Amino acid sequence: MFTYITRRLLYAIPILIGVNLLTTLLFFYVNTPDDMARTMLGEKNLTPEIVENWKKDHGYDKPLFINTKEDGLSKVTQTIFFQKSAPLLWLDFGSSDRNNVDIAEEIRGRMWASMAIAIPTFIIGIATFLTFSMLLAYARGTYLDIWGVTLCVVMMSVSALFYIIGGQFFFGKMLKLFPISGYDTGLHAAKFVILPVLIGVIGSIGGSVRFYRTVFLEELGKDYIRTARAKGLAERTVLFKHALKNAMIPILTNVVVSIPFLFYGSLIMESFFAIPGLGSFTIDAIGSQDFAIVRAMVYLGSLLYIAGLILTDISYTLADPRIRLE
Amino acid sequence: MKRHLNSTIPGKLSLFIALLAITFAVNSCTPNDPYRAEDAGKNIYYSTFAEPPTHLDPARAYSANEYRLLAQIYEPPVQYHYLKRPYELIPLSAAEVPAPKYYGKDGRELLGDATPQLVHRAVYDIKIKKGVFYQDHPAFAKDNSGRQLYRGITDNELKNIKIPRDFPEKATKELTSDDFIYQIQRLADPGLHCPILPILNKYILGLDDFSKALDKDLKNIRAARKKRIGSTYNQVADEKADPIILDYSRHALPGIEKIDDYTFRITLKRKYPQFIYWLAMPFFSPMPKEAITFYSQGPLKKKNITINRFPIGTGAFRMDNYEPQREITLVKNENFRGEPYPSIGEENDAAKGLLADAGKSMPFIERAVYKLEKEAIPRWNKFLQGYFDLSGIGSDSFDQAIKMGSAGGVNLSEELAEKDIKLITSIQPSTYYTGFNMLDDTVGGYTKEKQKLRQAISIIINFEEFIEIFANGRGMAAMGPIPEGIFGKLEGRAGMNTVTHRWDDKKNIAVRRSVEEAKKLLAEAGYPNGLDKDGRPLIITFDNAWTGASSSPMINWFIKRFKLIGIQLENRTTDYNRFQEKINKGNFQFFFLGWNADYPDPENFFFLLAGENAKVKTGGANGANYENPEFDRLFKIMENMESTPKRLEIINKMTRILQEDAPWVWGYSPLSFSLAQGWVGNIKPNSMANNTLKYMKVDTFKRAELRKKWNAPVLWPIAAAAVLLILVAIPAIIIIKKKASNGGRG
Repeated sequence: MFTYITRRLLYAIPILIGVNLLTTLLFFYVNTPDDMARTMLGEKNLTPEIVENWKKDHGYDKPLFINTKEDGLSKVTQTIFFQKSAPLLWLDFGSSDRNNVDIAEEIRGRMWASMAIAIPTFIIGIATFLTFSMLLAYARGTYLDIWGVTLCVVMMSVSALFYIIGGQFFFGKMLKLFPISGYDTGLHAAKFVILPVLIGVIGSIGGSVRFYRTVFLEELGKDYIRTARAKGLAERTVLFKHALKNAMIPILTNVVVSIPFLFYGSLIMESFFAIPGLGSFTIDAIGSQDFAIVRAMVYLGSLLYIAGLILTDISYTLADPRIRLE
Repeated sequence: MKRHLNSTIPGKLSLFIALLAITFAVNSCTPNDPYRAEDAGKNIYYSTFAEPPTHLDPARAYSANEYRLLAQIYEPPVQYHYLKRPYELIPLSAAEVPAPKYYGKDGRELLGDATPQLVHRAVYDIKIKKGVFYQDHPAFAKDNSGRQLYRGITDNELKNIKIPRDFPEKATKELTSDDFIYQIQRLADPGLHCPILPILNKYILGLDDFSKALDKDLKNIRAARKKRIGSTYNQVADEKADPIILDYSRHALPGIEKIDDYTFRITLKRKYPQFIYWLAMPFFSPMPKEAITFYSQGPLKKKNITINRFPIGTGAFRMDNYEPQREITLVKNENFRGEPYPSIGEENDAAKGLLADAGKSMPFIERAVYKLEKEAIPRWNKFLQGYFDLSGIGSDSFDQAIKMGSAGGVNLSEELAEKDIKLITSIQPSTYYTGFNMLDDTVGGYTKEKQKLRQAISIIINFEEFIEIFANGRGMAAMGPIPEGIFGKLEGRAGMNTVTHRWDDKKNIAVRRSVEEAKKLLAEAGYPNGLDKDGRPLIITFDNAWTGASSSPMINWFIKRFKLIGIQLENRTTDYNRFQEKINKGNFQFFFLGWNADYPDPENFFFLLAGENAKVKTGGANGANYENPEFDRLFKIMENMESTPKRLEIINKMTRILQEDAPWVWGYSPLSFSLAQGWVGNIKPNSMANNTLKYMKVDTFKRAELRKKWNAPVLWPIAAAAVLLILVAIPAIIIIKKKASNGGRG
């Protein structure tokens, strides 16, 4: 397994460089450094000299990939791509283009807020989805199943924004049970977390329950389940010990890969609930053309995705002893 | 299995209900209260911000969301009187409002009304108040040898420090003229990108050379560092770890002199009466050198403890906590000298209770909390719940908040009036306009025909209608470039633009000229029914940066208005940067822009049409590239005059020239509507002053009472939902029981 993980980590290096290359290409295809400078500096009293100065101070006065004005190694190192991308490899995220804040420090400060929402949503969500999907799969063909699936289809057809705005309106404004939005630090955060978590779970029930129901249906129709029942095992044992265990591979594929992203937060939810997490950090950076933050967050996203995939592979070996990582 | 199912579901429900009950109990009787219980009843002002400020360095900040914080912390020499109108400057950190002295080429002093041509130097001697102290701050803490205590701080020493408040040692120092001089020198620092440097370079003696010398210094330092490090040199990373502090004392700046510890002198190259208004802006706030040496340390930068986040000032408030992703908190500056609330205002101010606190020491509020609320809906709902003290009115909530009277009057809706919420309206010193590219072959030019084409278009773009449809009636159609409330704006018939309007004697108002009149002008311009001499339709392109989904009705409105006289308007919406590029290069015909005044003087609007600022030629602010020699001549005279009747006469002449030439279609001045809770006092809109927090007061007892009344939780739907859940669960349990008894078969 060690060799496998090492190999996967080595594969990650060209992937991360490729992601950076693509991010840089795409960003500068849409924006020029002059655009960035104008956006950051505002329109009032802006002169070409001020724009040039800004570019120089932020390292955007250089060519993108090859600097023909330099000699030797500097041809490559004195470029936007190298200067902005190389430090990312040792996790130096640099400073924001907009207000020079240290990005790593911002990430460290914001990740807790993202996780305060994402982790409870994830855990409660998984428990809820698995329970309901197992229930519906178990009650297959009954009214419970038919109405349950219908409800799921209805719920998954509704926009996430509706759940957010509707939830804020109903629970926050009409019933006055929770703060409509906001966040606080430490234990004071608890009252701000309940509503987004509730909405996050309810909003995902439709799609997730349908997905897991399909997984369980497939398992419940297999011969080993019939054998187990024929042996006279209790239904609880059949469901939780046999069906659930064997359905773990598709469940793990879906679940484990999401774990690293809990840190990344939810873009819309954080914005509407004024949660100071990484989701809103990324959205703001995109809106303000802050390449430094966009680049850092895309890089971090890639890292997390790679980590998620490796974790998923490892989890397979735990769920199914027949699987070996070589 | 049976027992398990029967007992678990109600068990879970009761657990859920118990959890909810605990939550409510914890949050007392208003569980939706977003604030901590220990803050209840405290003298705190609550507000919001939708976009975090980018810079809180006064050398760089230039936007409204930055000024609303900065102005409470920093104290430039002068400020606007809170109550008096027209706007009047009064001393803030200065002992008196400085009056310029003018000198001729021979060095002899001239009279105040000397013509600009005679004035060789304008000198402002600024005396500052004695006994003004900065807030307590670690930057002022010193060791036994008198050295800055926290200079050369390491990462390790900062382990438990997140904000300046966390430093164990703090001190203060007295404000001196050195701090003002240092700040003005900073404005020329090439690393700070001061947005008004190009303007100041034109006026302050020697500032241009000083900034060039600093630029050279910066380049030399960078070149030396690059040489030392070699090919791996990364300027951004290098300066983050080891920031460059330029030594301003290496170069002379003759325009700024220290007279004594409490007096400094600014010398201008020419007469510029508007300069006094710049002295009311945060750019001219004092900056202690200690602040910069303290904050320019790599380890502090890495922790985001910078001057951009934690300003150091002498104002009524100081920054206590800065978390732009969540909350910004200002607290009363313990070292603030106190300032009496004004005792003179406008005629009705006393009747409105605005003079009740006359002479009392400000500020009245202990703490101001600004919460990040990006989305309009939650922000509005929390205001209605009483959790914010002031609010704007978004277009989504306009109908809920405002009731338009049959006679065009504006009132609060009954729902808000019942809550004792107050409506505050004020005209903004801003103008939104559409303009023509005067360099364009079709719509530009100065011949009679071209004038008539632009005049015809000016008539049909009915901004009165635009305001009603797209601004909920919140605006005043403009007759020229000067908005309401600024010297030079005439009221009634005298102020009417006769090109686009005629006077209705019966209604006693200006009425827009008819479409027929516009068609006649268009025909005289050579485009009868919108067709040129070859019978081809006249097509004009419309450049704008309206990329939002809500913008298409506005664009369609413009297209329809042009269609009224047969002109085809071709829309060319692009993102803001592309739009700017087109304006910079003069690659457009017709555009939409806005301008927010820096100071309440007509010069700050007329300069947008002065030939010396033509965008394509000079890169200035004149986007229409308008150049009229007579207008430019009058502008040169007007810009250097005090606001006298003679100046008004010149302004009227200039306005008439512009109305005839019609380089802009005079748009509208926005009318700002905002709401204040009944418990907020001393509120008077002031479009020029930003340091208004110190005047405000909050009746905390009334606020607590009303919040409690407005936010009693409604619990019965939860109980109903629980019952419904049980009712739904029963058939489900029956089905599952049946299945289980059949060994999993249906």
